[in-house]
Amino acid sequence: MSEFEAPVPLPTARKAGCPFDPPEELARLRGERPISPMAYPDGHVGWLVTSHALVRAVLADPRFSHRADLTHAPIGGTRVGPARPAPPGIFTSMDPPEHTRYRHLLTGQFTVRRMRRLTGRIQEITAEHLDAMERQGPTADLMEAFALPIPGLVICELLGVPTTERARFQSDMSKLMSLEVSTEEKIAAFGALQAFMLDLVLAKRAEPTDDLLGGLATAADLTDEELANIGGVLMGAGFETTANMLALGAYALMSHPGQLAALRADADLADQAVEELLRYLSVIPGTVRAALEDVELGGRIVKAGQSVTVSIPAANHDPEHFADPGTLDLHRPTAGHVAFGHGIHQCLGQQLARVEMRVALPALFDRFPALRLAVPPEEVPLRTDMMIYGVHRLPVTWDKE
Amino acid sequence: MRIDVDRGRCCGAGMCALTAPEVFDQSEDDGLVVVLDAAPAPEHEAAVRRAATLCPSGAITL
Ligand code: HEM
Repeated sequence: MSEFEAPVPLPTARKAGCPFDPPEELARLRGERPISPMAYPDGHVGWLVTSHALVRAVLADPRFSHRADLTHAPIGGTRVGPARPAPPGIFTSMDPPEHTRYRHLLTGQFTVRRMRRLTGRIQEITAEHLDAMERQGPTADLMEAFALPIPGLVICELLGVPTTERARFQSDMSKLMSLEVSTEEKIAAFGALQAFMLDLVLAKRAEPTDDLLGGLATAADLTDEELANIGGVLMGAGFETTANMLALGAYALMSHPGQLAALRADADLADQAVEELLRYLSVIPGTVRAALEDVELGGRIVKAGQSVTVSIPAANHDPEHFADPGTLDLHRPTAGHVAFGHGIHQCLGQQLARVEMRVALPALFDRFPALRLAVPPEEVPLRTDMMIYGVHRLPVTWDKE
Repeated sequence: MRIDVDRGRCCGAGMCALTAPEVFDQSEDDGLVVVLDAAPAPEHEAAVRRAATLCPSGAITL
């Protein structure tokens, strides 16, 4: 292997002063060799794919597996201990037919129509949080006051987590997300969340309720462990992602006053704005698959057993697919963005995430038209080293009437 | 234009119902694809093609 071909780790460093641009190194790799050797944190040498076409090809190809016991983690610190098969119910890390069986039990709960029916309730939840901000203002940490609690409450209501239990649940969840918390504390918080889910499932078995977990507890043939793990997957996948999109989305709109004005002037632009923010911000740095056999990809041979990381921000900023990709343009065509992935694992909760964003972001700027940062941009703490990009805190201020 | 869907392949992501709502829907029970109009009018053809391309699991053939 020539020096030119030396495997590189997944690029995560961003240019100072450009919080919304993907790591610069990704564009260079995509230009030079959209499939390039990648050094994984555990020592594995696999691949990194950075063009839109190849990212879609990998995610749609059944020769690439998502099994937890075959893939190598692309970012360090996200997996504790050796690779093991996914526990029952953790269908995100399974292949068909196991994946299909679980997913098809859930798809009926996340349809476009069903999620749109939640619009009114999400508007109420959003208004309550904006009211609280207004009472306590004119400053707030937008992460804490808006971006975290709204999707947190929505997913709790959907799953059927009782109101009285939410405080306990949210504190463990935020420990898992914090940089300041030690690994031991995180493991303890994770254990607490698992125990919490199992208790919840047992309660639903004893007394079924009219919500997602209650429905699965009565209708589907699932063990307690499977059901608790499914609950954990939905919480884990549905909360932090949306929270970071809301906070970073608000920050991006504040930083692009012309685009924000266009959105405020035209309520019909909201759906399109959500798609463009998803593309532009691409908060999930990537996902990983493992080759089940030798596969030719972009002129290279991926050997059976090698991991392939697909970069979502690189695909969503590929100039071959999106003209002038580095510009936030709420009017551009965004079809084919891969912010929710592609292939059979494409985001199960995407229709919910869309409704949450299209309700909460316009409502935020309707309430606080002059919303702005309360600190210089360089003091906004960025989540550069996390599995989901975004901000840790977003101090904002506004004019009091 | 004729539309064929494979419900066994469908992963219920909802891209078709979002992209071409006049032609595709999702079943209330399992969220999988339902074709409302297997021979759509010409004015819907562009949206149907887009839906087929965007379908994450390749469940739609034209
Ligand atoms: C803006 C917010 C969100 C983003 C950017 C996002 C992104 C993604 C991506 C990229 C994947 C594919 C991962 C892969 O292929 O490895 C995914 C999968 C998934 N998402 Fe989301 N997601 C969001 C919100 C949600 C919500 C609200 C929920 C649910 C309640 C959810 C539940 C899931 C689940 C269960 C999967 C795994 C699906 C499977 O393996 O079949 N997500 N998401």
